[in-house]
Parts: sequence; structure tokens; C-alpha cells
Amino acid sequence: MERLKLVLQYFQSNSESISNGICAILALISVKLYTSFDFNCPCMPQYNKMYALGVMFIPPIILFLLGVLVNRHTGVMMEEWVRPPGKRSKNPAVIRYLFTAMIQRALLAPVVWILVTLLDGKCFVCAFSMNVDPKYFSGMPNNTGLDLQKLMAKVPCKEDIIFRNNTFRKAVSRYVRCYSQTIGWSLLLLLILLGAVGRVLKPCFNHAAFLQTRYWSNYLDIEQKLFDETCVLHAREFARKCVVQFFEGMQDDVVLRLPLSPLHLRPRQKEDDVDGEDEECLHGITRHDQVDHLLHTWYMSKPVLDVTKMAFKPRVYITWEDIDGRILCSDV
Amino acid sequence: MDKFRMMFQFLQSNQESFMNGICGIMALASAQLYAAFEFNCPCLPEYNYAYGIGILVIPPLWFFLLGFVLNNNVSMLAEEWRRPMGKRRKDPTVLRYMFCSISQRSLIAPAVWISVTLMDGKSFLCAYSTEVDVHQFGNVSLQGLSEEDLIRLLAKIPCKHIFDGQSIISREAATRYLRCVSQAFGWVFLILITFTAFMIRAVRPCFTQAAFLKTKYWSHYIDIERKMFDETCTEHAKSFAKICIQQYFESVSGEMRSFHSPRHGDSDDEEGKHKSDDDKLLGIRAQDDMNKVLWNWHTCKPPLDLKSEKTGLNGDVNGFSNHVKKEWAVYYSKV
Repeated sequence: MERLKLVLQYFQSNSESISNGICAILALISVKLYTSFDFNCPCMPQYNKMYALGVMFIPPIILFLLGVLVNRHTGVMMEEWVRPPGKRSKNPAVIRYLFTAMIQRALLAPVVWILVTLLDGKCFVCAFSMNVDPKYFSGMPNNTGLDLQKLMAKVPCKEDIIFRNNTFRKAVSRYVRCYSQTIGWSLLLLLILLGAVGRVLKPCFNHAAFLQTRYWSNYLDIEQKLFDETCVLHAREFARKCVVQFFEGMQDDVVLRLPLSPLHLRPRQKEDDVDGEDEECLHGITRHDQVDHLLHTWYMSKPVLDVTKMAFKPRVYITWEDIDGRILCSDV
Repeated sequence: MDKFRMMFQFLQSNQESFMNGICGIMALASAQLYAAFEFNCPCLPEYNYAYGIGILVIPPLWFFLLGFVLNNNVSMLAEEWRRPMGKRRKDPTVLRYMFCSISQRSLIAPAVWISVTLMDGKSFLCAYSTEVDVHQFGNVSLQGLSEEDLIRLLAKIPCKHIFDGQSIISREAATRYLRCVSQAFGWVFLILITFTAFMIRAVRPCFTQAAFLKTKYWSHYIDIERKMFDETCTEHAKSFAKICIQQYFESVSGEMRSFHSPRHGDSDDEEGKHKSDDDKLLGIRAQDDMNKVLWNWHTCKPPLDLKSEKTGLNGDVNGFSNHVKKEWAVYYSKV
């Protein structure tokens, strides 16, 4: 019982905390990617907006897809969704729970990217410098021969000859960055508020059903892991017996009167035990077509969720009665 | 239960995490190699394109092949592919699965190189600087510049130290433009491969899950079986060698033994002790005997043919049979 508890705890913590860890790592990767990316505004009116908005929104899509990919729950959810009902009915609440958990985790890294972009401000300056009305700012160079659009489009590029050390450029840049940072902080505040409200109000709605759904979604995850584990152990035993059988099948009279494996060198009683354990590992599945049938049935017709037979063997209660039917002695 | 957990973890970690680790290390090596590599555009119209595109394409090929080389499963795939059918039929889906998983892991480092190269923009700039539209970036109208001179000037755009046409073309604007295009390609490339990976991983269970479970099991089985076969062969060789050597020693000691008198122990205890020592020494007790053993081992190795105990080793050997000879006592009744 103790051991089982430890195993369950290990599985429980393993699955969720690993997902959380991966989620956090993706968020860190997102920040690192932004800092190492060399933002390079084209400073041309037709391309500025496209480039800046592209940099702001395409990496979040990539990070979202990555977040969905590396999450273990994606596989569990998809399998549970598309499997044929078989002997076990499907519970849509469980699938919904898995889906929302996966989406929430996958959304963290994209949101981090967008926030970092907004707080840094370069994208915004690149995209919206042309929309600023220059009459509010003094010091605009007017001897360059460029029209207004082209001039404003060059504001994000501080190395450009026109704008080197120019106060007008710095003022416009600062103005647009302020806007960008305001939007960034507001977005962050909004998200935190939403998270807090959601967390506080969730137990008010249908908590009992939520406990059930959470249990069964954990169960599905653990079941899949255990199935994979059992398959691996089975394959190992299968391989071992196959190889030993092969060696034994090659026997000649003279050549093979020698131990084929360490098993045979040990004393008799230990050998029995080891063999017994190995037999147990195989669970009676000893042929290619048996294994194929097992794997096919596992998917097409998952077994009933009922382990009463194995968990509870009936205990025998004995009652002694004399000839007249009076109870002499009873376990009941 | 605990033993099985540990064993499973060892098996699992050995095969998959090891390969994932190598995959990750190669991706990091690829990024590091790019950072350490000193990009050196030739700035000549004939060579720019070849150099730029070469840097973009050839290292990924190299990383891809290296991924195959470092992957242990490649030899397993080749073995399974080329073996004669024998008593076990071949399953093409298993071969395809193994090939796909090996290729997927090998494709990560090249993808990292290509995306880093495109994001950085230098190779794109080098390759396409001659394709820039002069009218978009030209400062003044081009007076009397021949086609060739113009191309040569454009080819110098990537090299800021030798560019001398500042009055004709704005080098910075052209550089910025080309780098933007390069980064756009980079992001498009990234989103394409992420989307492909997503479709494969997330949407596949909709189609072939039952068959997939089967293929995964059998490919894993083939790997384990190969390892078990190697293990069994090693054990077999050890035992084979042990007995071969034992028989050889005994054969030599048998020849020696005919010159020595057989030992008779006084008591059972001493007899037992002498027997165990004798067993360990295998009959060799003197320096000359040992020298003969070592000499013969090289000049006249015994055949690889383990005879059973019944047929005996040499005609002269009786020392050995002394140990296994049983004593029979027959009791008569005096009637």
C-alpha cells in the first residue's frame, strides 16, 4: 500500500510538474529569443507595418504550436477523443478539461513574447511612427527632399544620416514607445486580474464534478504511461526468451553441453524464482500474432473500468453448525 | 515492483533520452558554430551568390549526415532492411517508422542552422545584393555607369569597408531591406516546420493510432532483441572459453599426471581440502609444468570442440577419472 502510494505520488507529480516546468522553460526561451533577435526595421513606408506586426505576431504562433507539441496532455487528449468507444464510454468533460489545461499552458509563452515586445517598444515605433502627426514636435528636418511619409518612416532608424542626433526623432520615438509600454502594462494587468478572478471563482461552480474530471484525466495519463511501461518490459522478456530458444534450437550433440545463460549457473531454487518472475512478465503473451492482437484491441476496444475481480478476492467466512443447525462457532 | 520501475527507467532513459540528448547537443553545436564562424563575403559579382547560398545550404547537409552517423539506430535499420526473410517475415511499416524517427531527429540541427542564418541575414545579403533595385535605393540618377560597373558596385554592398558608392546608392537602406527580407524568410521557414511538426504530432492520432502502437512496439522489440542477442553471445563466449581452457589445462595435467603418483588423503577432511585445491590448480603444480602449459597454449591451441565427459580427453588421462570414479561396495550374506 505504501509503495503504491509512493508510485502514485511520483506519477502525479511527475506529469503535472513536468508540464509546468516545460511551460516555464518555453517562456524563458521566448524572452531569450527576443533579446537575441536583431530587430531590423526596414524604414520604408510600404514595409514598416508589415515587418513590425509580423515580428509581433508570428513568433507567438510558433511558440503556441511548440507549446502544444511538447505537452504530454495533447497526445492523451487526442487519443481519448478519437478512440472508438469499445467497452468504455467516453466522457466529454474529461476531454474538455484536458483541452483547457493544454491550451492554458501553451498560451503562456506567446503572451510573454507579446508583452516583452510591447514593453520594449521597438515594434510599435517601427509600425506606427508614420501615424504620428509631426506638428506636435519641433525640429523636423525639412531640407532632405523626402516627402512626409518617407521621412516619418525613417524615424525608427537612428543610424540614418538624416536623423543622426536629431531631437525630433528622439521625441517621436519616445512618444510612440510610451504608447507601447502603456498598452503592455495594461495587458499584463488585465491578464493577472483575469487569472485571479478565475482562480477565486472556480470553486463556486460545480466543484464536485471538477474533482471527478480531474481524477479521471490524471487516470488516463497514468494508464497510458503504465501501458507503455508494460509493453517495454514485455518486449524485453519476449526478446530474451526468443534468443534463448534460438540458441537452444541450434543445439548439436557435441557443441552445446554448456551453460547458455547465467540462469543455468545459479542453484536450482533461485533459477525457479527468476523464471517464475519472467513468466509473470510475459502474462501468457508469447507469439507475434498474440502481441499484434493485444495492441490492436487496446486501441479499438479499451477494457472496462472495473478491477473488482482482481482487487477483491472473496474472503471465506466459516460457520460451524451442529446437527440441529445451531451455530457453534462463526467467523461472521 | 521497484525493480521493474528502475529497469524500465533505465531502458527508457537509455534509448530515447540518450538520442534526444544527442539531438539537443547537436542543435546547440549548430548555433554555436554559426556564431563562431567568421562570415566573409567575397564582394565579387561572380562569387557572391555561390558563397552566400553555399553557407546557407551545405552545413545543414553536413549536420544531417552527422545526425545519421551518430544515431545508433541506423545500423539496426540497415540490418533489419537487408536481412533475408528466414522464418520471420519483414514488416515495411516498422522500417518506415524507424527511418522516420531517425530522420526527424537528424533534421533538427540543420533546421536550427538555416533559421539562425536567415535571421542573421548576412548570407542573404551577400547572395542577393546584386539583385537590389537601384531606383529604389539610388541617391542620384546614375550617370554613365555601365551595367558591369553597377553590378560590381552592388556586389560590394555587403562589405562596408570597401564600399565606395555612397553617393550613388544608400548602402544602409539596401542592407536593411535585404536583411528584412531574409528575416521574413526565416520566420516563414520556422512557422512552416513548426506547423508540419504540429500536424504530424497532434493530428496523427486521428488516423492510424492502432497501427502506430503496433509499429512502435515492434521497432522497440527489434532494438531490445539485438541487445539481448549480443549479451547472450558474450555470456556464451565466456562460458565456452572457461570450459575450453579448463579442458586444455586438464589435458595438459593429464599428461603430467602419469608421472606423478596419485595422492591418498589420510582423512576425509584433508582429502576434501586437497581436492578443492587440486581442482583449482587443475593438476599443474611445478614450474616446468606451467611453462609447458603456456608454451603449448601458443604453439598448439586446442580445437574449438568441447567433448562430453563420457568420451574422455586423452587415452592417458586417468587422473581426472580418479575424481569421478565411484566406489562400489557389495555386501554378501554369509549363508
